[in-house]
Amino acid sequence: MSTTPPEPLLSCRDLTRRFGGLLALDRFSFELFEGEILGLIGPNGSGKTTFFNVLTGLYRATGGEVEFAGQRITDLRPQQIYRAGISRTFQRSRLCLPLSIFDNIMVGNHHRLDHGPWPNLFRRSLLRRQLEASFGESRELLQIFDAALAQRMREPIAGIRLIERRRIEICRALISRPRLLLLDEPSAGMTRDETTRLMDDILEVKRRFGRLTIILIEHEMSVIERCTSRCIALDYGRKVCEGAYASVAADPLVRQAYLGIS
Amino acid sequence: MEERSGSFGRFAALGLATAVATTLAAFLSIESDRGILTLLLIIGAGAFAAGRTGILRPWFRQAVEHQRTTGIGLLLSTVALCIVFRDDHFSLFLIGRVLLIILACLGLHLEFGSAGVVNFAGAAFFGVGGYTAAVLNAHSQMPHLLVLGAGGVASALIGSLLLLPLLRTRGHYAALITIAFGLLFRTFVEVNDSLGGPQGLKLDGLRILGWRFNDQLAIGPLHASFYANYVLLAVALLSLAFALVQRLEGSWIGLALDAIRLDEIAAATFGFEIARWKILAFTLGNFLIGVAGALSAFMVGFLAPNNFTFPESLTLVSIVLLGGIGNPWGVALAAFIVVLLPEKLQILQEYRYLLYASLVILILRFRPAGLIPRALRRYFGQPA
Repeated sequence: MSTTPPEPLLSCRDLTRRFGGLLALDRFSFELFEGEILGLIGPNGSGKTTFFNVLTGLYRATGGEVEFAGQRITDLRPQQIYRAGISRTFQRSRLCLPLSIFDNIMVGNHHRLDHGPWPNLFRRSLLRRQLEASFGESRELLQIFDAALAQRMREPIAGIRLIERRRIEICRALISRPRLLLLDEPSAGMTRDETTRLMDDILEVKRRFGRLTIILIEHEMSVIERCTSRCIALDYGRKVCEGAYASVAADPLVRQAYLGIS
Repeated sequence: MEERSGSFGRFAALGLATAVATTLAAFLSIESDRGILTLLLIIGAGAFAAGRTGILRPWFRQAVEHQRTTGIGLLLSTVALCIVFRDDHFSLFLIGRVLLIILACLGLHLEFGSAGVVNFAGAAFFGVGGYTAAVLNAHSQMPHLLVLGAGGVASALIGSLLLLPLLRTRGHYAALITIAFGLLFRTFVEVNDSLGGPQGLKLDGLRILGWRFNDQLAIGPLHASFYANYVLLAVALLSLAFALVQRLEGSWIGLALDAIRLDEIAAATFGFEIARWKILAFTLGNFLIGVAGALSAFMVGFLAPNNFTFPESLTLVSIVLLGGIGNPWGVALAAFIVVLLPEKLQILQEYRYLLYASLVILILRFRPAGLIPRALRRYFGQPA
């Protein structure tokens, strides 16, 4: 074992995002280490999704700093943050409905695809090889989540059930082998059984991908309890509490703000 | 089994191409309004019956499956039409015009069918190509094949000026920018005396490698109207453009264009440089429109600001809408309908813009996906 403490993969210092008079994120600071699964909880409007949007560059931070893998990523554009190795899913599915499952997963694979005119327009045998390799790779990934779905790779998303779409969205986020995966309420709208299965799948992916780090926004407390090694509770954009699930859930502030127990 | 379906497929593809060409030949050779209306009724009834019974569906499926054969079939059919109508100036001119309109609409198809960049100034870019050709034709010794290319390049360059505001706006605002540009272009050529002002400019015939396009085409004992030259060149350019568009779409580039059209935010989150892809589609699209405009100017031999008005741009848009946004085959079919119908039906002639405008409204209301809706993305002839 190394004696020096490991460098955090992600560290946020006083991250702030203001919308007019509203502080959606208020001096949010924390550190995340490689391989962790961090749960992010808090009532609706407490700034969880805003945090994801600031982190992925969709919103500009009003103040504070983010460092990822030793690189300052505050104010980078979404494209640069994706290339740095952060990938996400959305609270409301943002898949491309007319495109097939395969195409949607390939959207997530953007920076590993070859966009040069040579293979795309002229040497089509090259494109065919790339296509076959990518097809195999994405089918293998989807198989972890849903073997039946992996047989339907060429079907358009429009005909796929919502729960299955969420699995595809996670595959889209995973195909580029990110170092940090942001999951925004993956279990929303799912039954308890489906949620349990999805969590099993995520843990399985984590096992296979080894060092994958995950931040999970989730309302379903059983999921947080089972999957996360640590969690943070937000309220009005501020960090209320941080620690293992048991201690966070027991915190009086959290119980009041979130669980509605006074 | 594989073999049999393959040969049936090629047969179906060629059969459909022949059927299309025959219908077109009949349409072009009938002179009276009553005859045309009868033919339209027959086609309409046939299409309706085929749609209801689904009897032609396997044929169409095969034609799509064997796109290359279909394309070659259509190419040969056009050559056959050139032979059939060899001394009919007007019919050949119409065929040439339709082919060039399809070429221009393929450009629009790349722009808003693939990348989702609106362009309501199609006629203006067509005009940029035409005026560039006219000016180079009058004032330089540039070989005419290069002049056609220069028409495309000029159109693409002027389009890139428009990109600055276009990339910063979305939806209605972007549409308005292109409309404003269209009006601006027309006024610009109208007040600019060196470009002929409202009277316009004349062009000499096209010459490529000693092939004089305005002379009668003579191959052995066959003589044909000089328009046959232009039709053949238009077919060649259109085939190239079609191949380019098809390949582009069935590639990672096509996927990128689809992704940014469908969801810019998701695309940005997955690393797509939105501006880069929009620039590519808009530039390439305007290039095609410009080339079409340049060749059209040579074919007509004359240019005037009135040919490049907003209603003309709307016509191009209505073709893409009618055909089916995102389906180049649909665009080709719609171009035939929209361009030929008013030419052959004298009653419609005066009311053509009325027809186009109502067409846009009716399609958007009742069949927003167009005559031939967008197909599921494919990478090669067969699904990936």
